Amino acid sequence: MKTRDLRKAAAFAAAIVLGATPILATTAAEPSGAQYGNPDLPPPQRGLLPSMSIAEPAGWGERRPTVPQGWTIKAIATDLKIPRQTLVLPNGDILVAEGKGGGAPVLKPKDYIAGIFKSRGTTSVKGGDRLTLLRDTDGDGTYKGRWVYAENLNAPYGLALVGNQLFVANQDALVRFEYVVGQTRASAPPVTVTKLPSAINHHWTKSLVADADGRFLYVGIGSNSNVGERGMAVEENRAVVWQIDARTGARRTFATGLRNPTALAFEPASRQLWAVVNERDELGPDLVPDYLTSVREGAFYGWPYAYWGANADRRVQPQDEQKVQATVRPDFAIQSHSAPLGLSFVQPGFAAPFAEGAFIGLHGSWNRSPPVGYKVIFVPFANSRPSGPAVDFVTGFQADGKTMGRPVGVTVDPKGALIVADDLSNTVWRVTPAR
Amino acid sequence: MHAVIAFSSVPLFLGALLSDWAYHSNQQVQWVNFASWLVAGGLVMAGLALLWGAVDVLRSAANRHRRGLIYLILLLASFIVGFINALIHGMDGWAAMPAGLILSAVVVLLAVTASVVGLARFLRRAA
Repeated sequence: MKTRDLRKAAAFAAAIVLGATPILATTAAEPSGAQYGNPDLPPPQRGLLPSMSIAEPAGWGERRPTVPQGWTIKAIATDLKIPRQTLVLPNGDILVAEGKGGGAPVLKPKDYIAGIFKSRGTTSVKGGDRLTLLRDTDGDGTYKGRWVYAENLNAPYGLALVGNQLFVANQDALVRFEYVVGQTRASAPPVTVTKLPSAINHHWTKSLVADADGRFLYVGIGSNSNVGERGMAVEENRAVVWQIDARTGARRTFATGLRNPTALAFEPASRQLWAVVNERDELGPDLVPDYLTSVREGAFYGWPYAYWGANADRRVQPQDEQKVQATVRPDFAIQSHSAPLGLSFVQPGFAAPFAEGAFIGLHGSWNRSPPVGYKVIFVPFANSRPSGPAVDFVTGFQADGKTMGRPVGVTVDPKGALIVADDLSNTVWRVTPAR
Repeated sequence: MHAVIAFSSVPLFLGALLSDWAYHSNQQVQWVNFASWLVAGGLVMAGLALLWGAVDVLRSAANRHRRGLIYLILLLASFIVGFINALIHGMDGWAAMPAGLILSAVVVLLAVTASVVGLARFLRRAA
């Protein structure tokens, strides 16, 4: 068995090296820019090999990410253990969820090869399975205070604070801490609120947000496959958003067909729930667009039967024509394969042109050549709806064929800053207006 | 001897063909996942036989016989088509259909023919 794997690995590796040949893999031009509004969808295409392109990781050295004129960026914590999402607490402290989940078994020889390839684009540090608390003790913008708030968690990702209850979405359960303002260490181990679907856990991240009055929590649960290739039995309660009663832990399915809803947030004026979603791979360099969408109760967003409205995916058989026709078209397209993992709406006090809208962290692609994403973008809103194409906010995570960082969670700090977690360089960045 | 190894790829390729056929008829996706591994296994055996056979032919002039070359070419063909088939089987779900099913059938034909030619030579020499 082992030898067979290795031999296959060698053969595929050789083929991947040759993969630049157009007959083997589809290559693409530079991204066509924003796909704001109603994007043109190219027909599906795939060569004999999926396009794979990941720039080699490198340290930041003297380099720094690039921010717009009038802003500065500073690393406020380094040497973390895979920071993913962050939460700004009422006293200005920042909580960082660190960890790495998943570990779905190899389904086909291809997964083995692709796994080796994708791991080249991630950090070699082991996930911390903990929450780190950062504090700016004297208000000068440097976070000298640093404590481990809680540890021995299971790949924590989503974070939400409701009153004095701190909710953490582990990869297998929603748990709760009693939080006291100013504390640097949880006073007791967490209490489990409810179990979350965790069998296989192909897409393991559990995103989390609380509504304005703190009554309900929403958890985003990703699919267990790219497009149903493990069979639909393992997709029960996957690719959905759950609504969970914060007090009782009772849950129900709020929306379905969202392949991997990696971040959730409420638009502050309309109190509407929004999500960023990672769409399916291996249909070509500019298909399927990832997206930002309002999440409507009871709506079906297509996965796996259809994408971007009623466009059927023929890889799923038997097809379900009813599901295809029922597919809701998302609100805002993001460049295909750019992997949005962070979402945060601005709060009052941000200067134009960032006065209304949402920041989105794009982790970056593997299934596209040349790669895309690897930046933080801003989507302007007007009247609680997207109102124009996305603009770059933090860039420069890739340069000279090297990757220095990969943005994950983005969090608006009410003090008028943006917190960006970077899980490749294990850094938390803070972007502030220059004074 | 390498003809025996070549022959051992036949049940693996045949298994892949049957699995593909099962997926094609009942659309249970696990069948195509089985097929993917069986194709990979068949490729390992065919590859080993190919290497050994090539060394054998190159080493002894006596083996540079027309039938020996036909055997080798058939084996090479089944390996190449098998490799393309493995790539096709790397696609998700129904994307591997119907190309995967057709290629699996071609590979079985090639592997069986190669094995028959190879084994015939082997038996004649043993007699």
